[in-house]
Amino acid sequence: MKVSMDWLNEYLTLDVDPQTLGEKIERTAVEVDQVYKMSDGMSKLVVGETLSVEPHPDSDHLHICQVDVGEDEPLQIVCGAPNVATGQKVIVALPGAWIAGHHKIKKSKMRGVASNGMLCALQEIGFDEKIAPKAYDEGIYILPADSENGSSVFPILGMDDDIVETDLTPNRGDMNSMNGTAWEVGAIYGKTPKMPTFSLNEDGSRKVSDLLQFSVDAALAPTYKMRVVSGVTIQDSPLWLQKRLWEAGMRPINNIVDVTNYIMLTYGQPLHAFDYDKLSSHHIHVRLADAGEHLTTLDGENRTLRDSDMVIADDKHAIAIAGTMGGLDTEIDDNTTTIAIESAIFDPIKIRKTARFFNLHSEASMRFERGVNKDDNQNALDHAAALMAELGLGQTEQGTGVGSDTPVEPAKVSVTLTRINHVLGTQLTVDQVQNIFDHLNFPTDNDGETFNVTVPARRWDIHIEADLFEEVARLYGYDNIPSTLPYGTMTPGALTFKQRIIRDSRRLLEGAGLNQAISYALTTTAKAEQFMMRDSEPTELAFPMSTDHTTARMNLISGLLDDIAYNVARKQKNVALYEQGRVFYRDGDAIRPLEVEHIAGAVTGALTKKTWHAEADTVDFYGIKGIVDLFLHDMGLSKPVHYEATQAHAQMHPGRTADIYVGDQAVGFVGQVHPEIASDYKIPDTYVFELNLQALIDAPHDQQQYEPISKFPDVTRDIAILVDQSVTNADVVALINKRGGAHLADVQLFDVYEGVHLPTGKKSLAYTLTYRDRQATLVEADVTKAFDKVTAALEKEFDAEIR
Amino acid sequence: MALRERLQELHDRGLADIKKGDSLDRINEIRVQLLGKKGPITQALRGLRDVSAEERPKIGSFANQIRDELTAAIEERNQELKKAAINAKLASETLDVTLPGTPVAQGQPHVIQRIIDQLEDMFLGMGYQVVDGPEVEDDHHNFEMMNLPKDHPARDMQDTFYITPEILMRTHTSPNQARAMEAHDFSKGPLKMISPGRVYRRDTDDATHSHQFHQVEGLVIDKHVTMADLKGTLEMVAANLFGDEFDVRLRPSYFPFTEPSVEADITCFNCMGKGCAVCKNTGWIEVLGAGMVHPNVLKMAGVDSSVYGGFAFGLGPDRFAMLKYGVDDIRNFYLNDTRFLTQFYKRG
Repeated sequence: MKVSMDWLNEYLTLDVDPQTLGEKIERTAVEVDQVYKMSDGMSKLVVGETLSVEPHPDSDHLHICQVDVGEDEPLQIVCGAPNVATGQKVIVALPGAWIAGHHKIKKSKMRGVASNGMLCALQEIGFDEKIAPKAYDEGIYILPADSENGSSVFPILGMDDDIVETDLTPNRGDMNSMNGTAWEVGAIYGKTPKMPTFSLNEDGSRKVSDLLQFSVDAALAPTYKMRVVSGVTIQDSPLWLQKRLWEAGMRPINNIVDVTNYIMLTYGQPLHAFDYDKLSSHHIHVRLADAGEHLTTLDGENRTLRDSDMVIADDKHAIAIAGTMGGLDTEIDDNTTTIAIESAIFDPIKIRKTARFFNLHSEASMRFERGVNKDDNQNALDHAAALMAELGLGQTEQGTGVGSDTPVEPAKVSVTLTRINHVLGTQLTVDQVQNIFDHLNFPTDNDGETFNVTVPARRWDIHIEADLFEEVARLYGYDNIPSTLPYGTMTPGALTFKQRIIRDSRRLLEGAGLNQAISYALTTTAKAEQFMMRDSEPTELAFPMSTDHTTARMNLISGLLDDIAYNVARKQKNVALYEQGRVFYRDGDAIRPLEVEHIAGAVTGALTKKTWHAEADTVDFYGIKGIVDLFLHDMGLSKPVHYEATQAHAQMHPGRTADIYVGDQAVGFVGQVHPEIASDYKIPDTYVFELNLQALIDAPHDQQQYEPISKFPDVTRDIAILVDQSVTNADVVALINKRGGAHLADVQLFDVYEGVHLPTGKKSLAYTLTYRDRQATLVEADVTKAFDKVTAALEKEFDAEIR
Repeated sequence: MALRERLQELHDRGLADIKKGDSLDRINEIRVQLLGKKGPITQALRGLRDVSAEERPKIGSFANQIRDELTAAIEERNQELKKAAINAKLASETLDVTLPGTPVAQGQPHVIQRIIDQLEDMFLGMGYQVVDGPEVEDDHHNFEMMNLPKDHPARDMQDTFYITPEILMRTHTSPNQARAMEAHDFSKGPLKMISPGRVYRRDTDDATHSHQFHQVEGLVIDKHVTMADLKGTLEMVAANLFGDEFDVRLRPSYFPFTEPSVEADITCFNCMGKGCAVCKNTGWIEVLGAGMVHPNVLKMAGVDSSVYGGFAFGLGPDRFAMLKYGVDDIRNFYLNDTRFLTQFYKRG
């Protein structure tokens, strides 16, 4: 709410500068968006009087005006406004003036005629289109006739007033009014605000009870009251009232509508004014709309209502959407003479839903949603009637028409000093706490320990002990609360096994040269379903915000490919990424997906670039597999890891992909992205892996045990064999291990050759076999014997030719 | 010439030759020539037979002395030449040490991960556990148990990606409070936890909004946990992440799941509190929300609010990273441009 300091000073005598007040409010109550004057950034805007207005000889719309600005000589100013006329008091931007939008006014010539300044419209001095009075939409603003020539226009228009703009949290609807703000600021400074007064004179001859009947559903409107003011003349509001409105960001319309808004700003009670004579019956209903019922609202929109929208209706049809927007048919117009003023409290939830549905978030609906002070409901109505009668020169009819008036019991909350200090960590005294409740004007008694607090209706947000803790804490001041750390029973702070593995896995892949990526977990259904490691239904958003993010991912690779595409499009050729995160698998009819921790990597180009000294470390299948090997090795799994060629992944290269097994459990895959998929993503050759990290966490892990280092030297033997292309390295290694004998410690492939020098369909594989005996020096003959067995087995099983 | 004179001459000439010798081969040649079995000194010593018996030991001793001196000179010259040869070899091996080293592939953690890890480490040190929870949550835990019943106006603050009317992408990490409290055995001591993770809001992505971001939830529940403890803890967080030259300011706020609720601001590091565009001239930057756990939240999680209570806080690593490193567009975190990812390796 935009709070005028001038207005606030009518409630409280505050000897404080607005910036300090803003800071104080922010630390004690609610956020302050800004503290400003409407005149900020503007200067040299003064009252002028048009002494003469002559048409410009070379223009059909410009006028040459002689303007008295309180100087010896009048200023000649060329003005294009249609409403400029002799004898007006106008806003003059003198030469050198700053007006809105950082514009500086200079002496100039307009079509050959000297113009020494500018006559201004309100929009030109910073008034928003939405708040400048409609009457002046098309021209310059005319100031009151008693304005003194040459004096600043800022005080006349309220532009020199300081505005503290508060940004209210949902619980502080009470501060959506000047009264509520004054109570709050009063509590902060320990002062009691002076609430507005008025005198209501029911000088009309009729009784409201004769003029209006009601059928109100009290569940929809716990309070529904009306007064009637008759014989009014519709005209502009006085300037003081207009200033109050535009300083608060509202647009002056006419004396009647302006009063409803002024009272709303004062009390926080939204009001609505109906033209009594336009009602088709004088029986007012508050009811739910019939589904499909139509109403043309004040903004001219014909709205189709739902059966959950509350309406005000006469016998025939709806005349307003309750609390949200009035109907056009019963609008106050220039010929209105009799006003029915509504002061009601509506169901906030229904208001909120209706306002949301129609996107009609008005000052009124917002206040109804956040709560209205029941205690001020009648006051607001009475004050409005008095002011309308005064400004409209009419009479207030007798009494209030009451459709409903459900009493609201004030909340009574008890709290002990011990509890307050226990929760806040303070050592407050009885007097300190009592003082705070007194300043809040909450009637409170205490017995030296227990405070019995009666919470006035204006603070409907308070109903439990904890709410009072907050009142005490914030008014005592968060700055004054000590800083301590929790103490008590010690608790171990340690990562779980799973968390440690996840952390370690990140370090491992970073050490292998991959950068951690965090991609979007919501993607398209098509991408979510790529690279999946099991069957799953997609988990899709009911109302996605964009077509790119509709579905929870079921793989990590597609996100990494998006990332690579982003990089490649920006000329980054070498991209190495990994991501650790969850995939979302959903089985059949299950509503909630299973969330499984995965880890995936994707590399295109080289891990390290070519330098003067080294070739580029360009990643191919074996490069990415090496990273997976390292990763799985360091997972310390009990069961052996092996790779099997697979064509089961539609998005992977059918000849360059392996499923990865731990024991006989499939835990992931590694390989090259299918070139067609790569082309869909607009990326070059890319190698990827994805692992079910949760499975690796859950798999049995070896206990670390020291293995004594053999005191006896190893013996190695190399063997090269020529085998059919179809024989795999894994087959060969498995056989060597099987037949290697007790002392075979290691088998390392050191050469693969396929080429022109070999018979067609053959390849050469070369291995180093390492033999080790921990107990004794190996005897040459024993090694030879073991080695010969391997050779024989290779010849027999694979028809291998030993080279 | 007398034997002694001959020896003296051999000695002098030998030393001169050794000195002139410029290669190991030449020195070896000299050694063989001078000291070998057929060399002049050996020859000369054969002539001792012709020397008188009393002169013989003197000349013999003189000859040995000359031989030793020549041997030493040869050895010394050998060392000199070897040293020179090594020096010459090393000189020929000189490199341009300013040429760049061979690159080693090394990846970086994501900047948001850095922030989360830093927070985890700090809280682990204070005896907190790290817990996680589902990203696809039910309405019950995400909202109801956080004291946000259906139709609560504060639900508007959190535009939600629903999957079904009851299932949604979690809008905050707060449901992990409820889950942790439900699971905790308070007879075994206090509950102290943090819970980092991804959260989702129904937002259009732009420089300051992202439909996916991160939160770190914190919760301490015990028999006597105070607002002062919350303040001290938040000050620790600020000092740990941003440095201790910054002030922390708490101010009232509103969250349905805490009462009292506060927001914490720290001194704007762009202007050090003087007021600038970054802090909208306030001198302060909002960094997190917190408060004392609302009794309804405790009650719904089965915790007796008359005995137990505590504080909760929620902070945004994305926002922290943006503030700490001056990142001006939140989308940078999720597009994974390598030129962005590889920037974050410095210690400060």
